[in-house]
Amino acid sequence: MLALLSAHIAAGLLGSLPAALAFAAEPLAHLRTLDVAVIVIYFAMVIWIGFYLKGMSNTSEEFFMAGREMTAWIAGLSFVSANLGSLELMGWAGSAYQYGILATHWYWIGAIPAMLFLGLMMMPFYYVSKTHSVPGYLNLRYGEHARIVAALAFAIEMILMSGVNMFAMAVVMKVVLGWDLNFSIVVSSVAVALYVGLGGLRSAIFNEVLQFVLIWGGALLVPILGLVQSGGWTGLKTKILANLGSDSYFHLWRDTGHFSANPMGVHWTGIVFGLGFVISFGYWTTDFLVVQRVLAAHNLRAARMAPIIASFFKMAVPFIVILPGLLGLVLLQNPDGSRRQLVGEDVVAACSSSSSGSLADSAACSAAMSKSALPADYQQKMLAGNIDLHSYNQALPLMMVRYLGPGLLGLGITALIAGFMSGMAGNVSAFSTVWTYDIYKPLIKKHGSDSHYVLVGRLSILIGVGVSIGAAYLVMHAHGIMDYVQALFSIFVAPLLGVILFGMFWKRATGLAGFLGLLLGIVFSATLFMWVKLNPAALATVALSPDAKPMAENVFRALWAFLFTSIIVIAVSSFTRPRPVAELDGLVYGATQLPTEEMVPFYEREWFWATAVVVIFAALNIMFW
Amino acid sequence: MHGSRIPIWFFIGLLLVIYGIMILGAGLSEWSSGMYPPGVELNSLHAPVWWGGLLLALGLFYVVKFRPGRASK
Repeated sequence: MLALLSAHIAAGLLGSLPAALAFAAEPLAHLRTLDVAVIVIYFAMVIWIGFYLKGMSNTSEEFFMAGREMTAWIAGLSFVSANLGSLELMGWAGSAYQYGILATHWYWIGAIPAMLFLGLMMMPFYYVSKTHSVPGYLNLRYGEHARIVAALAFAIEMILMSGVNMFAMAVVMKVVLGWDLNFSIVVSSVAVALYVGLGGLRSAIFNEVLQFVLIWGGALLVPILGLVQSGGWTGLKTKILANLGSDSYFHLWRDTGHFSANPMGVHWTGIVFGLGFVISFGYWTTDFLVVQRVLAAHNLRAARMAPIIASFFKMAVPFIVILPGLLGLVLLQNPDGSRRQLVGEDVVAACSSSSSGSLADSAACSAAMSKSALPADYQQKMLAGNIDLHSYNQALPLMMVRYLGPGLLGLGITALIAGFMSGMAGNVSAFSTVWTYDIYKPLIKKHGSDSHYVLVGRLSILIGVGVSIGAAYLVMHAHGIMDYVQALFSIFVAPLLGVILFGMFWKRATGLAGFLGLLLGIVFSATLFMWVKLNPAALATVALSPDAKPMAENVFRALWAFLFTSIIVIAVSSFTRPRPVAELDGLVYGATQLPTEEMVPFYEREWFWATAVVVIFAALNIMFW
Repeated sequence: MHGSRIPIWFFIGLLLVIYGIMILGAGLSEWSSGMYPPGVELNSLHAPVWWGGLLLALGLFYVVKFRPGRASK
């Protein structure tokens, strides 16, 4: 959930650039011939799939919607995989190292309720309306103006985010493997452009399922071996208590009663209402990047089951992301056998070596280390050159290097590359659909042939990848832009959620209300963002506490923007004339006659499996309370 | 899946078979020679052998079950 990944984690990854570019920077891992072969075979396979599927992507329905032929399993795995980026894997492993199990909220309450709501309550309207996209639904429900605002915002966000992610991934490859930035950017983007441009959404979905399997195959061994070495979960808890003297690392909710009681600086109200409702529902139910995968399902039951199947896997992801971060707290060691302590990217950058291998500025390095609360003896060892500094975000690669030998390390690195490519493929395939259906078709050429729109779709993938590459280089040369690009999602998501929920579940919501709610909501959200950006002290007002940390800002800003949008939609609807109920068939709850589904045994019904998810979700939250 | 001759599961199976053979082979080679890569922990558990074997077995299952030409349900 890179888009949900709060700005500071991605910023942290990008912040490693100075260290990565330092002449003397030594990569974390060295690949052998077998590892390189594993990676090359992966690239060959994804491109082969693209060529193979080219013949099945000739019509617009095939190219943009994968022919609406996907089974619930394929749509579900693709749904969860499009979101499982490598920056997310590394960023949240680093967060777990820093904040403990609190980071799991982004996988459980920050995903599961929204995924179930999408499957059970919203898919019928998305699916029955036969829309090609989320802006397309807004067009059917509110009219052209709302669609254009949503489409433009989404297209810009997708392409810029894709560029930022591309650049961040290149930095990761530079830090972990020592690869050249240009090499990583060009090779990965050409591969994605080839297989999505050839096979369309079907190719993106096929590869996402493949990548999902590889991510698990490459990353699962790390927590298994880590648990063996640390003496199981009990041994891990004992060691963390002994080393760090705090059991906050194992509690999801217990210490969220006050901002200052937990290391993340969040309050349970922000987690439940901001993250668990607005941000999570906004992402999982309205972000076309993920919703597009489910729209490709072959029938309504499959479309409803896909997010439910995905939620089982989503609940399991912390095992390969959060657990390695926690294990890193006790297992990572320096060459002298002492416990390795990871630090923020700012400290790594301040202490990066010059071309001669010596510290560029030892005073700045000492100051940065002192600020990060590193023990004095640890600082001395570092300054003496006895140990290297690594950042939180390197927790997962360091754990991989610790346990994975030749071949397995190649598989682990392939998992990271696959995660990145699935995210990028998701971005460009969603961009292509929105560009073609919601911008090009209504605004530029209304009555083109089907083959014309397929050609536009293919070209928009090439152009989208090209613009992404441009955005990647722009970020490389102007880091400040990255903050604004990262903020695009959080600015846009809450107003979009507001207008879609009112559109789907309130017959009275009018076209003008939808358009104004979306537009003014985005303006309101952007204003809040700029307010805190220009005046950091405003964070205390936005997040309702002087103890709030930046992590809380996105959550509370989203909450206020959602409430603001809701007020606009309700107020404007009260003064404007609603559409006749008969026109809302297939679009709004209470005005739609859903198609009758064939009777199936209880164990094939979506409600049965959704109940199972709820039970497991509740049990996990209680277990780790 | 309808409309495609080769199911995605076959591609996945094929890739897992290739990776399984490579990793299992490397693991067996390490085990027989006793030459383990420096800096890698828990070599005594022979993770490449059983992990490679697992990938190979899973891959073979998918390749056989979803091989092209086999009627899908």
